[in-house]
Amino acid sequence: MEETLIPKKCSALVIGGSAGSLDVLLEIFPALDKEINFPIIIVTHRKPGNDSLLTDLLQNRTQLKVKEVEEKEKILPGTVYIAPADYHLLLEHNKTFSLDYSEKVNYSRPSIDVTFQSAAEIFASELICILLSGSNNDGVEGLKAVNNFGGLVVIQNPNTAIMPYMPQQAVINIKKNVILDAFYMADFINKLAKR
Amino acid sequence: MIGDVIDNEQVETLLNDVLEAHGYDFLEYSHASIKRRISRLYALDNFVSFAEFRYTVKTDKQYFKRFLEEITVNVTEMFRDPSFYKALRNEILPTLGTYPFIRIWVAGCSTGEEAYSLAIVLKELSLLNKSLIYATDINPSVLEKAKKGIFPLNYLKSYSENYLQSGGLKDFSTYYSANYSLAKFDETLSGKMIFSTHNLVSDHSFNEFQLILCRNVLIYFDKDLQHKVFQLFDNSLEQLGYLALGSKESLDFWPKAKQYKRIRTEKIWRKL
Repeated sequence: MEETLIPKKCSALVIGGSAGSLDVLLEIFPALDKEINFPIIIVTHRKPGNDSLLTDLLQNRTQLKVKEVEEKEKILPGTVYIAPADYHLLLEHNKTFSLDYSEKVNYSRPSIDVTFQSAAEIFASELICILLSGSNNDGVEGLKAVNNFGGLVVIQNPNTAIMPYMPQQAVINIKKNVILDAFYMADFINKLAKR
Repeated sequence: MIGDVIDNEQVETLLNDVLEAHGYDFLEYSHASIKRRISRLYALDNFVSFAEFRYTVKTDKQYFKRFLEEITVNVTEMFRDPSFYKALRNEILPTLGTYPFIRIWVAGCSTGEEAYSLAIVLKELSLLNKSLIYATDINPSVLEKAKKGIFPLNYLKSYSENYLQSGGLKDFSTYYSANYSLAKFDETLSGKMIFSTHNLVSDHSFNEFQLILCRNVLIYFDKDLQHKVFQLFDNSLEQLGYLALGSKESLDFWPKAKQYKRIRTEKIWRKL
């Protein structure tokens, strides 16, 4: 991995995933250090209803606090935020969250593009976005914005993804990126906290 | 929306223009959301420069109609969150049914899907005759659509599923007649609705209600504006009246929230 690509400081990590991403999250979470000093924001495509399921699954695997985002909530370090099903998740300049029930983007709400773009604007070069497994085209436009604002794009190695299409699209379309096997993700995130 | 076509300063300039030229105040809307809507519209309508966009919004009345319709979010559905409608059906509306007359305000009704859902439940509880639903929105063009009660037929399957999940008792198709790709809802439903423009930011209380529904509107407002709107609702709600919010909205951080009691886990509060 090119060390030069890794930012000096990580102020926020956003992870986007679709079909096949849950397995990766379940692999990452038990291995995360509890000293992580930035917020981790997770946007995955899932069906409305059964709201607390993903939150519970992840909370059972980490000492970090895991919670579903509440609108206008302050974004705090060391906390894992889950985008609620059926709302787009946006970030505000005063480091709070906004929810948005507007049209689906890439047939998805929440859309990964929407949150990546919004986070790119707020955290700029101190942002890291990871795109995981999935079978649609969400995430690529968002990662372009992350690149434009100087943030770091990390893509799950499509060969390690249950659904390789989404990360493949990102690999093809995003020039500056880091491609990472699912297996190394937790270690990568832990190292970010030590910078 | 790709990248950052419209910057924060331009958003503010535009919103100040809109307030000055048209009297609509969007300055206390959630910034990220309104910026996204504006950037989206700018890209969608192929403006060549921000100056051109600004001039058009400011001076072209016809275009401003479109602007208003596009920067406010008008996505809605019938029987959204079936468990919410179940609570209305089984608990809230039967309680209000003991009153001689029921006045309901659907604030930010958009194209009317929630007002029609509510009317259907009232009808099934035999309460529609003594009810009046005031459906308001900032945006006159969505109210025109709401008045007609015509919705795209391809959504009706999911509406029908929501309806059944919410405890609906009938065949949902008895409430509308299908014509090509459209479904027109029974006029006995809209006969109990009054449609009017109302701006939650700048207009005052206009009546007292036993139930106010305002779902997925406040998420677009910043905290201060949310609190102002809660005060407006408080002024418009009878004692023991109910306030219903969207599934991710809450009264909790409003200073007067203690004067309200939440109904179990639903986003419904009763004024004490």
